[in-house]
Amino acid sequence: METIILFAPLIGALVCGFGWRIMGEAAAQWTATSLLFLAAFLSWIIFLTFDPFAHENGVYTVQVLRWIESGTLATDWAIRMDRLTAIMLVVITTVSALVHLYSFGYMAHDENFREGESYRPRFFAYLSFFTFAMLMLVTADNLVQMFFGWEGVGLASYLLIGFYFRKPSANAAAIKAFVVNRVGDFGFALGIMAIFFMVDSINFSDIFAAAPELAEQEITFLWTSWNAIELICFLLFVGAMGKSAQLLLHTWLPDAMEGPTPVSALIHAATMVTAGVFLVCRMSPLMEFADWTTNFIVVIGAATAFFAATVGLVQNDIKRVIAYSTCSQLGYMFVAAGVGVYSVAMFHLFTHAFFKAMLFLGAGSVIHGMHHEQDMRNYGGLKDKLPYTFWAMMIGTLAITGVGIPLLYLGFPVGFAGFVSKDAIIESAYAGGTQVAGLAFWMLVIAALFTSFYSWRLMFLTFYGESRGDKHTHEHAHESPRTMLAPLGVLAVGAIFAGMVWYKPFFGDHHAVEDWFGIAKHEKEASLVLPGAAFAATESDDHSEDKGPAPEPGQGAIYMSPDNHVLDDAHHVPTWVKLSPFVAMLIGFFTAFQFYIRRPELPGKLAANQRPLYLFLLNKWYFDEIFDFLFVRPAMWLGRFLWKRGDGNVIDGGINGLAMGIIPFFTRLAGRAQSGYIFTYAFWMVIGIGFLITWMSITGGAE
Amino acid sequence: MVLDNLLSIVTFIPLIAAAIMALLLRGEDEAAQKNAKWLALAATSATFLASLFVLTGFDASNPDFQFVEEREWILGLTYKMGVDGISVLFVMLTTFLMPIVILACWDVTHRIKEYMIAFLVLETLMLGVFTALDLVLFYLFFEGGLIPMFLIIGIWGGKERIYASFKFFLYTFLGSVLMLVAMIAMYVDAGTTDIPSLLNHTFAHDTLSIAGVQIIGGLQTLLWIAFFASFAVKMPMWPVHTWLPDAHVQAPTAGSVVLAAILLKMGGYGFLRFSLPMFPVASDLLADFVLWLSAIAIVYTSLVALMQEDMKKLIAYSSVAHMGFVTAGIFAANQQGVDGAIFQMISHGFISGALFLSVGVIYDRMHTREIDAYGGLVNRMPAYAAVFMLFTMANVGLPGTSGFVGEFLTLIGMFQANTWVAAVAATGVILSAAYALWLYRRVVMGDLIKESLKSITDMTTRERAIFAPLIVMTILLGVYPSLVTDIIGPSVEALLGDYQTAVADFAADTMVASNEGGN
Repeated sequence: METIILFAPLIGALVCGFGWRIMGEAAAQWTATSLLFLAAFLSWIIFLTFDPFAHENGVYTVQVLRWIESGTLATDWAIRMDRLTAIMLVVITTVSALVHLYSFGYMAHDENFREGESYRPRFFAYLSFFTFAMLMLVTADNLVQMFFGWEGVGLASYLLIGFYFRKPSANAAAIKAFVVNRVGDFGFALGIMAIFFMVDSINFSDIFAAAPELAEQEITFLWTSWNAIELICFLLFVGAMGKSAQLLLHTWLPDAMEGPTPVSALIHAATMVTAGVFLVCRMSPLMEFADWTTNFIVVIGAATAFFAATVGLVQNDIKRVIAYSTCSQLGYMFVAAGVGVYSVAMFHLFTHAFFKAMLFLGAGSVIHGMHHEQDMRNYGGLKDKLPYTFWAMMIGTLAITGVGIPLLYLGFPVGFAGFVSKDAIIESAYAGGTQVAGLAFWMLVIAALFTSFYSWRLMFLTFYGESRGDKHTHEHAHESPRTMLAPLGVLAVGAIFAGMVWYKPFFGDHHAVEDWFGIAKHEKEASLVLPGAAFAATESDDHSEDKGPAPEPGQGAIYMSPDNHVLDDAHHVPTWVKLSPFVAMLIGFFTAFQFYIRRPELPGKLAANQRPLYLFLLNKWYFDEIFDFLFVRPAMWLGRFLWKRGDGNVIDGGINGLAMGIIPFFTRLAGRAQSGYIFTYAFWMVIGIGFLITWMSITGGAE
Repeated sequence: MVLDNLLSIVTFIPLIAAAIMALLLRGEDEAAQKNAKWLALAATSATFLASLFVLTGFDASNPDFQFVEEREWILGLTYKMGVDGISVLFVMLTTFLMPIVILACWDVTHRIKEYMIAFLVLETLMLGVFTALDLVLFYLFFEGGLIPMFLIIGIWGGKERIYASFKFFLYTFLGSVLMLVAMIAMYVDAGTTDIPSLLNHTFAHDTLSIAGVQIIGGLQTLLWIAFFASFAVKMPMWPVHTWLPDAHVQAPTAGSVVLAAILLKMGGYGFLRFSLPMFPVASDLLADFVLWLSAIAIVYTSLVALMQEDMKKLIAYSSVAHMGFVTAGIFAANQQGVDGAIFQMISHGFISGALFLSVGVIYDRMHTREIDAYGGLVNRMPAYAAVFMLFTMANVGLPGTSGFVGEFLTLIGMFQANTWVAAVAATGVILSAAYALWLYRRVVMGDLIKESLKSITDMTTRERAIFAPLIVMTILLGVYPSLVTDIIGPSVEALLGDYQTAVADFAADTMVASNEGGN
């Protein structure tokens, strides 16, 4: 079953890529889409029936083929099934299947292509290929296969961002995405090398088992000696920063919006960009021993959440707002992973996939209805023209801004998906205990305020108020076809309920979480023996009475060290902490309401008053310009310098100059024929051989 | 039994075909041209088929030389041939690529018969390099192979072909002389030119003092340097690489393919056959030197590639960068490094060959290699765009293509030897993505605006047929690299076992010597 899930998208990709000439465009597209729905169906079966305790350590693997083998290095193509994989499977295949369906409508007509050009099968082939690569990434049982998926999704992303190949901006964005990701991959690859150097294996089970030892060991890397596990985790996280568009390596994500909108929903919101978070969670047995690095992750995550939210405040392109929002939400996930509650990071990843995919698909529906207009300044008053889209976007906005009923607990908190998972992160950050986590808490709360502001700003600018911009476009604005609306409906269900339904296993008491992720069954069994203890365990989530050995790294899909109490502490934070994101959300909402409904002239005034700040935000803190100045230009200058001066003057100049005097002499000697040098060469070779043979004849020849 | 001289059969089929062509084919008319091409194709295909017997008969678990033939030759010399896990795949690479090369020059009309003869002779000489088990024989093949290559560039090349061949000659010349001297010295020291015997011979490595200069590693170091001079130029390594871009630019497409895909590998093969096993002490002493040269090569040539305006030059510089991974892998001197180096050479044979063929496809149509002359080819050449994309990705080492396995293994090997070198070399993966994708964008992507390109046509059936086997190999080896590593593994393991022993002995000796000196 796992194998079918994994390879169905690959078959779909091949059918769409090559088979469409034989079977026709539509048939190929439907084949790929049906295969994806099949994969999604099977993934849900696995997700709902997966019992981690039926397998040793909550994991089983399916071998597919041998892969790279050299000496002690041995890797396979294999499927590693555990709870993390199961979660990712449903996220990927569900969103992907819906996006495939949505693309029938969205890609039906595209003015970027000429009459009679067939671009649709190619689009579906790329989508399916992406899904395959992403599944490879999450099912990998070793780091190299993960790297295969990692780079494979990078390729798919490159191809899809550059899908409108006639647009120079799309081509530039595609290259930027690939190259910036490669910077992250550089760290990832060095991390893999360091792991192999220390552990002599790159299979997850071996690495996890070696984690406690690694924490004690030193590794000499570059100029000095490092704690092995800190260095490894840091290098891997650099990879995660690239893929998940975290601060410093985030510049490619907004530009990636050049791709068609379904791509943004699938790749640049729900799945690929969360690969970094998945990597950190997957490596939790190592991360738990790397205090410095996890603090660093918290800092980067919080900084990204804050930075991206500020930029999102002023963007005018509807997709860019959502892109920065994605960047920001990924920062939230990293904070959760960094403070040690990997289950919460996965929780937000899970819910975010639903509502962010929906926001993107909703935005796509608006763009589709508005004839590919993306500037929100040219929207307005679309509520009645696009009613279904409006409601979908509304649900998405309620989810992302975190609307719910605070402090009400019916066995689960009551609210939209984002309310449940985002508040879980904010509470965990507060409970993190370290100074860094405390700082992160405040930054996340402020980011939540900004999130609420820009999300409502998007809603108000798009759906409320006067219609602005081209009259003709507004008159012809139309609701999208059913293939596009159906996916919105499905995702809406997820955006509303995913948080409440799966609250317990991701962020319930730690027994629920441990059961879900397959960690250390014996602990629970021990407590069940005593009725009193069992009662205590269900009644409170204090685990001080727990007996039995602590779980080892590698037992279960995630690992939380015995002294990691953040998950429990997060449930006991002060009430004002629990309320803070809700209050931030309200402030954001009312500010946006004031700015864009009641007094629409305010934003313009404010921008004029605070011009430097406005420009700073509008230009995304000038990261692109700074990087261009620091890296791109010097690299090009250096390349030209080494070519013209290094190769040209120094090397050629030196060697030719030395020889120029001698060689023409021989050339003349050997005759004035144009190809005299060849004969010179042959001549010398014969002389050489003659010399060699003479020498050997004199000394007695070969025995 | 026919198997007794299978290697000779494989090696000399092309030469015999060349002789037949030279002696029997007459005339310059179309029929004669056609005959020449078909004969060459038949001969190279026959060679490939014959070499398949070598591959199937090869016992991968045995690290020793196989298919060994030995007989008396002229002047008391010995003719000896054989293959082990290290060389057998280079033989296969050569025989596999040559039919493709012949097909790639199907449209050449200028002196086609001589052209075919040049390639056939070249094939024999290249196969000889990989199969020869006698020093003199090796030298003959190694140096002789350059003559047909000179002719191919010099007669069928571009406008600046004279300068390019001249440069080629200049660079190779010094290395060849030094290698010859070194071979004589080896013969004096060991009393034999038999390569298997030389592999078991320990060359003197006591510190020498020449004119007051102390040479650690003694004779071994001197020999190592002499061989290095020759192999480093052939690879080519930085800073003696500048002949390669010029040679590539001037060479005809088929010539470029042979040059990049096979001839460059002779240097790497030389390191593995001579430097590492015969002069282990010197190799160990100088390993860091080579590692650093390789790391510099990767970054330096990648940066230079970024700024190229000529497609072939760009790919040539990229080749130098990829060869940097090979040399670094070899002198990392561990299983992953050496396995990776060999894998990288094989894989680079397919990928660089395909890239030069890709340039050839559009060069044949537009007669220019200027990147700026192109743009938006995907509009009219979708199949070409797909093929070029695949090999661009293989070139940047995307996992799933053969390019990744070699790069990854060599990097793993490097990291164990020297983390600085590994870190510097790994920046190559960023830079390679930059220059390769930028090239692709400028040539293939965008709208088709240039008037001259409006009538360009997509690949013909012949061109597709040329690429098909390369595509298959690139992906097959990327997905199932064990096809290669199973064969090379045991031989590399044996090589490194001997190498480590020799290095350890030397270290022990030095320890004893220094202790005695202390006493």
